Amino acid sequence: MQFEFNIEGGDFTNAGTASSQVKKILKQLNVLPTDIKRIVVSLYEAEVNVVAHAYRGNILVEISPEKVVLILTDEGPGIPDISQAMQSGYSTASPHVREMGFGAGMGLPNIQKNADDLKIESEVGKGTRLEIIINLYKP
Amino acid sequence: MTIKEIAKELNLNVFCGREGLENKVTGGYVSDLLSDVMGNSEAGQAWITLQSHRNVAAIASLRELSGIILVKNNEPDEAMAKQAEEEGIPVLGTPLSAYEITGKLFQLLQG
Repeated sequence: MQFEFNIEGGDFTNAGTASSQVKKILKQLNVLPTDIKRIVVSLYEAEVNVVAHAYRGNILVEISPEKVVLILTDEGPGIPDISQAMQSGYSTASPHVREMGFGAGMGLPNIQKNADDLKIESEVGKGTRLEIIINLYKP
Repeated sequence: MTIKEIAKELNLNVFCGREGLENKVTGGYVSDLLSDVMGNSEAGQAWITLQSHRNVAAIASLRELSGIILVKNNEPDEAMAKQAEEEGIPVLGTPLSAYEITGKLFQLLQG
């Protein structure tokens, strides 16, 4: 099963729309609540990162019985130093974004904590691609 | 204890999301950092914050929090009120600071 969403950079009023829709789909598929939580936290943080930092982006959600794969591709400034960006508390968010309570440098660490696999590729001046894999619990 | 009972006991204004007034409150989470709440809150907790924009309602809904308590006379902006209403997330308000209302809520839930 595949779903696609577009994200506009700077559009904070719609941040979280994709996460909310994906959550509804996962609930309908009877995915375990603890897995839904991990997927929703990861997707929300990744979505907000695109809104806060990039010009525009795209989300691809692939759901299979074994796992959920989230691929976020954006056109944006890119990340010069990925290991620095992964550090808890490190953020390049603007003062406006911080005033809203975003930009605490917790987004990528939150994703890493909740995902089974996280791959980040980035080219400065072009954009960033995140691939997040969450394995679904099997009894 | 439900959001409705807490609103009555602590004299909270109910701004919107009345549909969720019977939500059961299992505890509280106090933070103005959205990623902190996203990553660390638990379903059923009431979120005490001064942030009053739409993303607060979105996070409360995604994390299945029981309600939002805005401190120091903050009121939800229009977009937040609209989303909270749609999602049935109760948004409450108090003139008290986060410190004071948290102490009162803690006591109430312990008692």
